[in-house]
Amino acid sequence: MTLDVLDSGKPARIVAVDWAGLAEDEGKRLKALGVDEGAEIAVVHRGVFGGRDPLALRLGNMTIAIRRIHARAIEVEAA
Amino acid sequence: MSAKRTAALVGNPNSGKSALFNALTGARQKIANYAGVTVERKAGRLTLPSGAPVELLDLPGSYSFDAASPDEAVTRDVVKGVFDGEAAPDVLILVLDAANLEQHLVFAQEVLELGKPTVVALNMVDLAERDGLTLDPEALSEALGVPVVPTVAVRRKGIAELTDAIAEARSHADEEAHTRWHLTLPERRLTAKHIARSAILSKSTRHTIENGVDRVLLNPWIGPVILFGLLFVVFQAVFAWATPFADALEGGVGAISGVVSERLPEGLFRDFLVEGVLAGVGSVVVFLPQIVILFFFILVMEASGYMARAAFLMDRLMALVGLSGRSFIPLLSSFACAIPGIMATRSISDPKDRLTTILIAPLMTCSARLPVYAVVIAAVIPQRTVGPGIGLQGLVLFALYVAGIVGAMVVALVLRSTVTKGAASGFIMELPRYQLPRLKDLAIGLWQRAWVFLRRAGTIIFVATIALWVLLSFPKAEPGESQLDASLAGAVADTLHPVLEPVGFNREMSLAIIPALAAREVAVSALATTYAVDAEDEDIAAEGVTAKIAALWSLPTALAFLAWFVFAPQCLSTIAVARRETNGWKWPTVMVVYLFALAWLSAGATYWIATAAGL
Repeated sequence: MTLDVLDSGKPARIVAVDWAGLAEDEGKRLKALGVDEGAEIAVVHRGVFGGRDPLALRLGNMTIAIRRIHARAIEVEAA
Repeated sequence: MSAKRTAALVGNPNSGKSALFNALTGARQKIANYAGVTVERKAGRLTLPSGAPVELLDLPGSYSFDAASPDEAVTRDVVKGVFDGEAAPDVLILVLDAANLEQHLVFAQEVLELGKPTVVALNMVDLAERDGLTLDPEALSEALGVPVVPTVAVRRKGIAELTDAIAEARSHADEEAHTRWHLTLPERRLTAKHIARSAILSKSTRHTIENGVDRVLLNPWIGPVILFGLLFVVFQAVFAWATPFADALEGGVGAISGVVSERLPEGLFRDFLVEGVLAGVGSVVVFLPQIVILFFFILVMEASGYMARAAFLMDRLMALVGLSGRSFIPLLSSFACAIPGIMATRSISDPKDRLTTILIAPLMTCSARLPVYAVVIAAVIPQRTVGPGIGLQGLVLFALYVAGIVGAMVVALVLRSTVTKGAASGFIMELPRYQLPRLKDLAIGLWQRAWVFLRRAGTIIFVATIALWVLLSFPKAEPGESQLDASLAGAVADTLHPVLEPVGFNREMSLAIIPALAAREVAVSALATTYAVDAEDEDIAAEGVTAKIAALWSLPTALAFLAWFVFAPQCLSTIAVARRETNGWKWPTVMVVYLFALAWLSAGATYWIATAAGL
C-alpha cells in the first residue's frame, strides 16, 4: 500500500521509498526530515480539493506537509 | 582560552533560533545579505559576562549539511569556514527543540562532528513540558560531549546561563567521545534515537495541542474559510485601526506647516519647506500606522506558526497555476514589500518555481501602494457601510488586493506554460508547532520595518520630492499663467501625457507616476507637491491632497489610477532586487515590460468601462 491511500489517523511504517521517482532535492529534503525506510508515520490532515492534496504527516513530534505525488512513491504497512 | 570574536546560531528550522537571537542580542541587530548570494545575514552583538563583545550570527535554519536549498548551503559554508568574506565562527550555538529532540539530534551530530567549540541550547523546554516531556539536560550533555543549557528564548529563560557557557566554550575535537561519529544518515538517526531516549526522563501520552488546533485550522472546509476571513479582517483593520493614528500624524504635520508658514518670511525657502518637504514627505509619513498594522499581522502569523498552515491550505490553489504552497509565503510577504518577498523566494528549491514567484511578486499589493490607494479611495469612494462591519472603502481596498492576486495567478499560469515551462513543482514543508508570539519579538520586528519605511521617507522619498519640487517651481510662471504649465515638470508631463491620456489620466497623474518610480508612495507626495505649488492662494494650498483629488478627479479617472497601480512596476528597488536574484537583466526586463503593458491595459479598461457605465 502506498502512503496516499493510507487512511487518516492510522499508524503505519515506511517499508520502501522509490527515491528514483522523486526529484533529487525533494528526496534529500524528505530524508532530512526523517521520511525514510523504517519511520513510523500517520496521515493527520488532508487538503480538500483535487484528490485531497496535500497531506500532513505526523512523524514523531513533527508535522510535515507533502503532496500526493510524493506519498505515491512511499510504500507503507500498518504498524 | 583564546578571545572569542564571533559566534553563530545553528539549528533546524523552527528550533526557535530567531527568538533566541533576539534574546541574546536585544534590538541591536544588523540585517544585510551574504556577499554574492541573497540569503539574509542577521548579525547582532552579544556581551559576554566579562564585558567583551561577540558578533553573533543567526544562520539560516538547516536540516542537513547536504544542502537542498541555497539557505542551507550558506549555513554549511559559514559553519565550515569556507564562505568567502565570512570568518569561521569561533563558537557555535547549536539550537535544539526540546520537544523534537530525536529529529534535531540528526543534524546536531553533523555539527558536532566538526569538533568546533559548541554549546547546545536546549530550547523551548516549556513547550516540551506542555507536550508531557521531562528532559535531563545533564544526560544529554554527557551523550553529546558539550555543555547543554535549557532555554525558553521567548521568555528569556536560561539566557544568562547560555551566555556563560558561550564564554567558556572550548574545542572538543580531541575528545574520545566523538571519534565514533562520522556516520551515515541511518546510523545517525539511530544514534539520535538512543541519545533522545536517554535524555527523556518521562513522557506522558498527552495529546499535543497541535492536533486539536490543526483539526480546526487545517480542516478542509473550515480552514480556508478561517484563512480568508482572517485576511479580510487584516485589510479592514489596516484601514479602520490606523485612522486615529494617521489623523494625529496628519494634524501634527499640518500644525508644523502652520507654524513654519507663520514664522518664516515669505519666500523661496518657506515655499521649499511647506510645499516641498512638509507637503511631500509629510503625506507619506502619515501612512506609517497602516504599514505597522499590516506588518503586525504578518509577523504574528509567522511567529505563531500559522503561516505554514496558510501555505498548506493554499498549496492546492497554487498548484492550479503551477506553483506550490511554498510560494505563498514569499507572496504574502510581498504584501508588505516585494523586496523581502523576492528575497524569501530563496527557500524555493525549484528554479522555475522560484523564477515564476519572483516575476509575480510585484503584483502583490505592497505597503507602498497603500498610501496611493488610501488617498484616492478616501477622496472618491463614499464612507458608508454596505453590511455589518463592512465599510465600502475597505471593500474597495480588498477588491484592489484581490485584483493583484488574480492578476498574479493568471500571469503565473501563462508563465508556467510558456517561459518557465517544466515539471510540476513539489511541496514539502515542516509545519512548526504553535507558539504564542512574544510581544518583545514582535516589537523588534515592527521597529525594523517601521525604521526601513521612515528611512525611505527620509532618503529616497525626500530626494524625489525635492527634485520634483524644483522641477515644478522653475521656471517661474508669468502672471496669469499656471505654475504647472510654466514649469519644467509640466514639459515632462506633456511628453508623457499623450500615452496616458487615452486611459483617463490627467496631467498631474502623468507627472506623479514619474517620481513614483523611486517609490510608489511618492505618487502621493508628488500629487501633494504639485497641487500645493500650483495652488493660486494659500487657502487652497492648505487643503490636503485628498480634498484636491475629490474636487478635481472624475470617478473613472480615479479608478483608472488605482487600476494602474495594481500592476505598474513603480519601484526601482524591486527591479534592482529582481536583477540580482535572477543574475541578469533578462528577467527584470520581461517583468517591467509585462507589468507596464498590464497596467496600461487595466487602467484603460477600467476607465472605458467606468465611463461607459456613466460613473
